Amino acid sequence: MIEILTSRYTYLLFAILLVIGLYMVVASSNLVKKVIGLNLFQTAIFLFFVTTAYVAESGGEQGSAPVIPQDAQAYDPYASPLPHVIVLTAIVVGVALTAVALALIVRIYSEYGTLDEATLKEVRADE
Amino acid sequence: MNESLLPGFIIAIPILGAALPLALGLFRQQVGWAVAAVVLALETAVATVLAYFIYVDGQRVVHALGGENYGRREGAAGGYESEGFAVGIELVADALSGAMILLIATVALIVLAFSRRSGPRGNAFYSGYLLLTGGLMGVAMTGDLFNLFVFLEIVGLATYAMVASGRHASAAVAALKYLIIGTAGASLYLVGVGYLYVVTGTLNMVDVSHSLAGNPEWIDGPLYSDPLVLGAFAFIAVGLATKAAIYPLHTWQPDAYAESPDSVTIYISALVSTLSAYALARITWNVFTPEFFAATANAEWMLNGLLVLAGLSVLVGSALAAMQRRVKRMFAYSSVAQFGLIVIAIGVAVHPAAGETATQFAVYGVVIHLIAHAIIKGGLFASAGAFRAGSHATTVSDYAGLAKQRPFLSGAVAILGFGIVGVPPTVGFIGKWYIGVGAVQAGLWAVVFVIFASTLLTLVYIARILEKLYFDYQPEDAPPHAEASDAIATDGGNAAEETTQTGFLGTTPSLSVGMLAVVAIATLLSVVLGFMGSELTDAVQPIADAVIENSPEVGSND
Repeated sequence: MIEILTSRYTYLLFAILLVIGLYMVVASSNLVKKVIGLNLFQTAIFLFFVTTAYVAESGGEQGSAPVIPQDAQAYDPYASPLPHVIVLTAIVVGVALTAVALALIVRIYSEYGTLDEATLKEVRADE
Repeated sequence: MNESLLPGFIIAIPILGAALPLALGLFRQQVGWAVAAVVLALETAVATVLAYFIYVDGQRVVHALGGENYGRREGAAGGYESEGFAVGIELVADALSGAMILLIATVALIVLAFSRRSGPRGNAFYSGYLLLTGGLMGVAMTGDLFNLFVFLEIVGLATYAMVASGRHASAAVAALKYLIIGTAGASLYLVGVGYLYVVTGTLNMVDVSHSLAGNPEWIDGPLYSDPLVLGAFAFIAVGLATKAAIYPLHTWQPDAYAESPDSVTIYISALVSTLSAYALARITWNVFTPEFFAATANAEWMLNGLLVLAGLSVLVGSALAAMQRRVKRMFAYSSVAQFGLIVIAIGVAVHPAAGETATQFAVYGVVIHLIAHAIIKGGLFASAGAFRAGSHATTVSDYAGLAKQRPFLSGAVAILGFGIVGVPPTVGFIGKWYIGVGAVQAGLWAVVFVIFASTLLTLVYIARILEKLYFDYQPEDAPPHAEASDAIATDGGNAAEETTQTGFLGTTPSLSVGMLAVVAIATLLSVVLGFMGSELTDAVQPIADAVIENSPEVGSND
């Protein structure tokens, strides 16, 4: 158990961040905080991908950046570059989503004058 | 001509075309519709050629992005033999994606006829429209799990923007709700993909499937009992079920469909959830394959859980649809029920209890019902939009006695409505029939009960509309919407009328020939395809064969 906590703590962090993010999306009544929660949720997944790419202590060596010199012969513990590329793409997607979400929130605020979900419900029920 | 380039073109054309309305908009206003029409006409032509190669020549057209050098080839990387693994992203056009490509191209082109008059206008809207089409094409074509996530998000982003293009701010609220739930769903899918990547070391659907089956030399035996693989299926199924609006994750869908402009509702109801269900079918059938669900008790348990949720989706969706006051919301909840049926059939096809014939019929049912639902529900929303444009009718009670004023539209609603109930000779009957027969063959009697209950429940809400239309006459002191529609009927509803009607439900466009044409085409297609049952099943046969043989590659006809 202790060993898992010391060597695999990033996986634990992934699970905790994922759940915190999801909880924020569900529980917070502020629309902006919901979007922040969504970002946290996605960031947890990025952390998972980056963690899987990192080769720690394989055969006594730390994983290094995946820049392979031409004369490299044997297998070295390189960190896999593919998950990093995936995370890069997913970050771009996340930024685009945040932009659209904030644009929608600006429109909602200018129309209803509130960012609170409960108040929004009341205002819309009055219409 | 090199047909392997076509899958690339089919995604590139609408995405590149999406830049044109904005760029040309610098020189001329209102150029968007014309540009979209030209681009989508080209797209439909390319899709037709590709469909010819798939269905007539019986090919599986594969395009490896980045060139053939990075395809499957022998090589050693880091001490591991990488023989048989594709490097880079593959685009795959086979019998399953071919049906989706044709559907997307046709619907996208036809819905343009509706949006000509009803709007939303403006070049930015048509940029979003083309981007959405490109994203949907990507979802249909891609053979890579992570690439599927990216295209799902492109579809999502474009859809959120399109939903929010409604004039009223409630459209923005619906879009934000859709965005939050949709993004959470897509992220859950991404977690599942991450798990699969950790286990197999690849993202290519065919390679992942081979690895899970334990085919490569460096994997000892199938990986089906690995907890990560089981978790991956759970995350992927929940994520895609959210996008396809399966109970209890359907809550975004009625708001999004009801608040968006009419032309957008037609488009997204016909295609967006359809492609998510397609992705679920593709991954369940071709990546996990029936062997996965037969291998462990946990996998079968998860599959049964999916069937239960889909069954609840059918019952709850139909019941909620019957309770709605507004017609668009009623049709939206009806979609929840119909996608429940489709997910049921996706599950039945791979269920350990299903024999070869059950799998075959369930696969027929999924593909045909996906197409049938897209055409029929698109047509129903087009009719609802036309009724709103022509008679200002938005609620079920507004429809009272409208059959006299709008005999053509009412007839179309009747035919399409019977299509969604599953009355022959519409295409809705064929899809539902195969889903039902598949469940009977598999001996899953609870599922059979849900399918037949759904037919009756569907009849309840369709009958409510038809009863209002045909048998409920307006009293003498008719509400204002009837007068407004008379004014349009007398002068044919020209553009000058639009200004006078402003203020009632925001800007309501008048009824146009294009809108009626969309309704007519959908109605005709639903009946014509209803007589083409054997042609449809012939086209779907390669998919059924692939599922029966646990093959990740949907082969050819011959």
